[in-house]
Amino acid sequence: MSASSHPSVTGPGARARIAVALGRAVAGISRLTGRGSGSVIGGRAALRVHPGLLRALSAGREIVLVSATNGKTTTTRLIAAALAADRAVVSNSLGANMAAGIVAALGPTAPGTTAVLEVDERWLPGVLRDTEASTVVLLNLTRDQLDRSQEVRSLAAAWRRCLAETPPHTVIANADDPLVVWAARGAPTVIWVATAQRWLADAVGCPECTGRIEFGPSSWHCTGCDLSRPIPSVTVDDTAIVIDGERSPITLGLPGRINRVNAAFALATAHSLAVPLAPAADGIAAVTEVAGRYRVTTVNGRTVRLLLAKNPAGWHEAIELLAPAPAPTVVSINSRIADGLDPSWLWDVDFEILQGRFVVATGERRHDLAVRLRYAEVDHAVADTVDEAVRICAGRPEHRPGAVIDLAANYTAFQQYFERFGGDR
Amino acid sequence: MTSRDSAVRICVLYPELLGTYGDGGNARVLSRRLAWRDIAAEVHTVGAGEAVPDSCDLYLVGGGEDGPQTQAARELQASGALHRAVDRGAVVFAVCAGMQILGSRFPDADGIDRPGLGLLDCVTMRVDRPRAVGELLTTDATVTGPGGSTVPLGPLTGFENHAGRTVAGSSAIALGRVEVGEGNGDGTEGVVTGRVIGTYLHGPALARNHRLADALLGLVVGADLLTPLDDADVEALRTERQAAARRDRVGSGHDSLHRRRRP
Ligand SMILES: [Zn+2]
Repeated sequence: MSASSHPSVTGPGARARIAVALGRAVAGISRLTGRGSGSVIGGRAALRVHPGLLRALSAGREIVLVSATNGKTTTTRLIAAALAADRAVVSNSLGANMAAGIVAALGPTAPGTTAVLEVDERWLPGVLRDTEASTVVLLNLTRDQLDRSQEVRSLAAAWRRCLAETPPHTVIANADDPLVVWAARGAPTVIWVATAQRWLADAVGCPECTGRIEFGPSSWHCTGCDLSRPIPSVTVDDTAIVIDGERSPITLGLPGRINRVNAAFALATAHSLAVPLAPAADGIAAVTEVAGRYRVTTVNGRTVRLLLAKNPAGWHEAIELLAPAPAPTVVSINSRIADGLDPSWLWDVDFEILQGRFVVATGERRHDLAVRLRYAEVDHAVADTVDEAVRICAGRPEHRPGAVIDLAANYTAFQQYFERFGGDR
Repeated sequence: MTSRDSAVRICVLYPELLGTYGDGGNARVLSRRLAWRDIAAEVHTVGAGEAVPDSCDLYLVGGGEDGPQTQAARELQASGALHRAVDRGAVVFAVCAGMQILGSRFPDADGIDRPGLGLLDCVTMRVDRPRAVGELLTTDATVTGPGGSTVPLGPLTGFENHAGRTVAGSSAIALGRVEVGEGNGDGTEGVVTGRVIGTYLHGPALARNHRLADALLGLVVGADLLTPLDDADVEALRTERQAAARRDRVGSGHDSLHRRRRP
C-alpha cells in the first residue's frame, strides 16, 4: 500500500533499516527453504540485531492495538477494513501477533502508514510500551491455553498496569467483561461497547476485591466493591451498530452474533479515528472471511465449511453458527502447545446442545471428545482422520446431498485443515 | 437388584472459584452414570457466598487459581457444613487446589501458609521447582469400598497442573503410585482419609477414570446397584492417554514439555 498521500515523517534510523533488510532476507530464505511464510522468523532475526526495532518502526505512526482471548484476528481485520476507507493501513496476519510478527508487518511499510496490530494478550504490555499506541481495543479475557499462559486474572492485572504506565489516547473496551472493565477503567478515555457477552464463567470472582459479581439480564455489579458495568456508548442490534445514538445500518459478510459485536468494535474504532461512518461500515460489511474462518472448500469432493473455535467461549459462539440439526457435523480437537496441552475445557462446553445431531469426533484428542459426547448423550463416531470423518458425515442418512458439512476445529487442527484444503484465495 | 428410595444428592462447591480446569465435568459424569442405571440424582451447585448444605451424599471440590482457592477455604471453614457432612459419612472428592485446602495447611498466592480444613491428613508446601504441568499416570490403584472391600481402579490417568508438594500424614493413605508425572511430589499421588479423597488428576478425573467414579458412587449407593455400563469410549481414551503419558516420559511426541521422569 502506498503512503504517498501522507506527509513524510521522520523514518527509522539507518540501524533500523539494516535490521529490517536483514529480517526480509531471512524471511526470504525461510520461504525458499519451505519453512512457511518466514515473516515471524525474519522479524525475530531483525529484533536480534536491533532490539529497539519495534519502537523505531512505530515512531510517528498512528497505531491501533487489538487484544483479547477471542476475536482479535477477526476484529483486527474489520478495523483495518474500516480505516482503509480513508487512509493507507498496514496490519499483521494470522498467528504473527507477537513482537517478531509485528516487526515483520511494519518493516516494509512507509513510516506514516497507520498500523492496526493484533497483539497476543500476553504481549500487550510489551508492545504497548514499545509502540506507545494511541488506540487500544480490548475485546475479552477468558480461559485459553491455561497450562501455557498466565492465569487469566494475572493477565488482567498486567493489562491494567500497562494501561497506567503507557496510557493510550483512547481505549475501546468491552463493557460486559468484568476483567476487561477492571483492566481498562483507569484509562483516560474509554469508549465502552455493549457486547452481551455470554461466557461469564471466568469473571464471576471480582478482580478488584475477590467478591462475588452479580449478573442481571443487561447489567452486572460486584457485591463487595464499586466495580460495575459502565454505561456503553456503543451498542449493536440485529440491523445496526449504534454509536452515541447514531444508527449505522449494516449487513455483515461474516456470520453470527459474535461478528456483529466484533464489527461494533471496528466501527467504534474508525469513528474515534475520525473516519466517516458510512464508508467505514461499507468496508466492514465487505469482509466475508478472515484467515480461512468460515471458508467453504472441498474435502475429497465434498463441500465443507471451516469453523474455528479455540476455547469454551469460542465454542459457545461457534455452536450457534452450525447448520441446524439434524445436519451431521465434524468436530476436531488437538492439544498441541498452541491449543493448550490439556483439553479438559471440553467439559466447560455445553456439547449437550448438539443432541439431535450426529457428530464425528476427530483430531489428536478425538477420544477425549468422544467421552465428552458420550456423557452429553450426543450420538457420535470416532474417525482417525479428517478424510474419514467427512466421509462418515456424508454417508449419514440425515445428510442432505449437496449440503455443506460444518467442520469445527480448534486452533492447530483448524490450521492443518486450512493449509490442506483452504487453497489460496 | 436392590433399589434406592431417595435421590443421590451431589453438591458442587464453588464452581466459579474452583472450576478452572473442567472439573465441573466430574458432576456430569457422576449424575449420568447414576441416571443410566435408573438411580435418581440431584446436583446442587453452591456458589461463593451461598450457604453450603450439610445433607448431601457426595461433595465435589475442583481445582482453581491461588486467590479463589484461599477464598474457598475461608468460606468453607466459616460454614462448617462440610465438616458436619463428613462426620455424617458423606463422600468428598477434591481435585488439586480443592485437595490442598482440605489438608491441614496450604500456601496462598503469596506463599504464606494458610490453615486448611483438616479433612484430609496432609499438608501442602511451596517448593522451589517449576510448576508440574503434564500427563499424570499411576500404576494400578485401589480404594477401600463399602465394608472394607478392596476396589480395583486400574491405572489412574489425568492431567496435572500445580505448584506445591503434598505430604500425607500417618493416618492417610495415597490414592496411587506415580508412574509418569509429579503427583504429590514423593512418588505417590492423591490422599485418602476415610471417605475424603483428594487427587491432582484433572481431565476431569472421573471422566478419564470411570472405575474411580463408580467407586465413589459405590460408597454412597452400595456396589450392587452399579450395573456395568458401555464404557468403550472411556476405555479407548484410557488406552490412548496411557500410551501418550509413557511416550512423553521418554521425551518424544509433540507435548513433551516439562516432562519429568520418576526413578
Ligand atoms: Zn469487587
